[in-house]
Amino acid sequence: MSEDVKRFLDRLSERSANRGPEPSWIAARRQAGAARFEALGFPHRRVEEWKYTDVRNIARGDFVLAKEAEFSPATAATLALPLDAHKLTFVDGIFAPRLSDLADLPDGVQLLPLSQALENNHEAVGGPLGRLTGVDFSPFAALNTAFMEEGAVLRLAPRTVVEKPIVLQFLSRAGEQPVMSHPRILIEAGARSEATVIEHHTGEVAAANFTNLVEEIMLDRGAILTHYKLLESPEQDSHVASMHMELRRDSRFTSFNLCLGGGLVRNDLVSELNGEGAEVIYQGLFHAQGRQHVDNHTLANHNSPRVRSWENYKGILDDRARGVYNSKVVVKRDSSKIVAEQHSANLLLSDRAEIDTKPELEIYNDDVQCAHGATTGQLDEEAVFALRSRGIDEQTARGLLTLAFAGEVMEQVGLDVVAERVELAVAGKLPDRYHLAGLVEAAVALNED
Amino acid sequence: MLEVKDLHVSVDGNEILKGLSLTINAGEVHAIMGPNGSGKSTLSSVIAGKEDYEITSGSVTFDGKDVLAMDIEERARAGLLLGFQYPVEIPGVKNIYLLKAALNAKREALGLGEMPAPEFMKLIKEKIAAMKMDASFLQRAVNEGFSGGEKKRNEILQMIVLEPRLAMLDEIDSGLDIDAMKVVADGVNSLRSEERSMLLVTHYQRLLDYIVPDRVHVLVDGRIAKSGDAELARELEVRGYDWVLEESAA
Repeated sequence: MSEDVKRFLDRLSERSANRGPEPSWIAARRQAGAARFEALGFPHRRVEEWKYTDVRNIARGDFVLAKEAEFSPATAATLALPLDAHKLTFVDGIFAPRLSDLADLPDGVQLLPLSQALENNHEAVGGPLGRLTGVDFSPFAALNTAFMEEGAVLRLAPRTVVEKPIVLQFLSRAGEQPVMSHPRILIEAGARSEATVIEHHTGEVAAANFTNLVEEIMLDRGAILTHYKLLESPEQDSHVASMHMELRRDSRFTSFNLCLGGGLVRNDLVSELNGEGAEVIYQGLFHAQGRQHVDNHTLANHNSPRVRSWENYKGILDDRARGVYNSKVVVKRDSSKIVAEQHSANLLLSDRAEIDTKPELEIYNDDVQCAHGATTGQLDEEAVFALRSRGIDEQTARGLLTLAFAGEVMEQVGLDVVAERVELAVAGKLPDRYHLAGLVEAAVALNED
Repeated sequence: MLEVKDLHVSVDGNEILKGLSLTINAGEVHAIMGPNGSGKSTLSSVIAGKEDYEITSGSVTFDGKDVLAMDIEERARAGLLLGFQYPVEIPGVKNIYLLKAALNAKREALGLGEMPAPEFMKLIKEKIAAMKMDASFLQRAVNEGFSGGEKKRNEILQMIVLEPRLAMLDEIDSGLDIDAMKVVADGVNSLRSEERSMLLVTHYQRLLDYIVPDRVHVLVDGRIAKSGDAELARELEVRGYDWVLEESAA
């Protein structure tokens, strides 16, 4: 066992010693997670799935578990999305009731912290939890399983249509010692239910914590779920997350994976398209600068005939930032009449920025329509010249074109609050170089005119 | 106002302009004509600051200032604007963004503040109506999916909003049907004034029936071979360029 692995397992023993009795199935899974993590260790770059992402900074970190959910209400207010929403907030992984809003939950909606769901009826959680994401998925999923105790549970009864968005907010706090959290999110959308979920990661600028998230989402027949992941984590934070979706007949899952923050980010999105008419839409935008590292892996398993996947990812990389984009489409032998499209485009704003993209197709059926295209480039210098030739200074011209590049994904965002937040973040990310925020604000005002 | 002296310009080692001199005074409209490959477009591109050209000798001054030492955007703010022969498509950048950013840049250079939004909208609506364009153009990306004629109208729209002191129009008539050309010509003519000058680059005389120039220059092999008034353009239409070539060779 490496020292790094031992350090994490020691923390687990400490935690277990302080924990009260728990149902046997949880203890068993915890043990299985720990054993798997011990056997696998942290992923090495020799492993294909982790070829471009070095997790040594996480492995060597001395992270402790947070003890309390204290967070300045004033800071929390400035970080929160200005939305009328049902909301669960976690601070360093611990549920923060005072920063949550569970009043007036509509009939048919259960939204509660995992700890409470376990306390209320642990058997109801035990079935779905871990059904999609097993301990074999990755060392991080195994580690998460070993530590799991808090997170969010959302259940929608059949035909429940939730009007307000549901926000799962994760706040990262700057403390004396870096902390780690291993949240779980479990979403069960009943037949023909509809909802919008916003997973929002943000925090105090000086924080340097590690979030290791496992999310499982099950859509029953005809369910429609729109999922936003807005990652605005502090620049020193590490964020590793997996999202597993299971789609039954005629259900539709739309993901907007919007990565703006975090020092080291790895997202795995996996969809199981199990019933005819099911559709998954992956929209992604990442903007990294400084020495940020953003790795997005997507996978769509077309396990049934007549299912569809559509994907569009855009990356903007500046300074010495590095991006990884790996998208895989798998079509099973018996899955005919499949439509799968993958698109990606990346913009490198500096000579030292880097992107590694890899589209993968594994197709075992002839009756499929697949298309994929990937481009990587710089800004169109002719367009830069055209704008400058109208008197617009070079940096504003480059900023306008960068914003336009992101705009293609942002146009699909149905929530103005999210779209404007991201547009302003992209525009204002480099305030001394691109002074665009004012222009975007003016354009927003003009649109309202 | 504009003074070009003995300008020599090369592209990839080939000399395109070979000692071109030209003076344009305030209020004057000059047309540069000439056969293909004579260097017509090079002159306006060099003045606007396009970067693929190597200026080997000569000077360009505007109000006595050295144009060639100015940044691209500085030239525009000083009042030198080029209407492109092939306007570039800029996906995702709305026309309204471009117009607002460009107008603000100009106002800033003049020491004026940003134009208030209602005033800006009023101005834009007036100008867009003058160009017989639909207001929906403002929310569309610059030139994206525009027809050839729409792109040219859009160039003139930018001109009449930004009101340059020297408008350079490179083959603004190419690809236009007669109705579109009249709209474009009306737009250009609305800019004519005592203080404003123009440089029209054109292959055909047709445009000059609508925008009547004060001076016409024939460019041959990188130099001005012949200058005259509007009558010269009509003569070229009838006789072609060969006689000028012969005259200049003699």
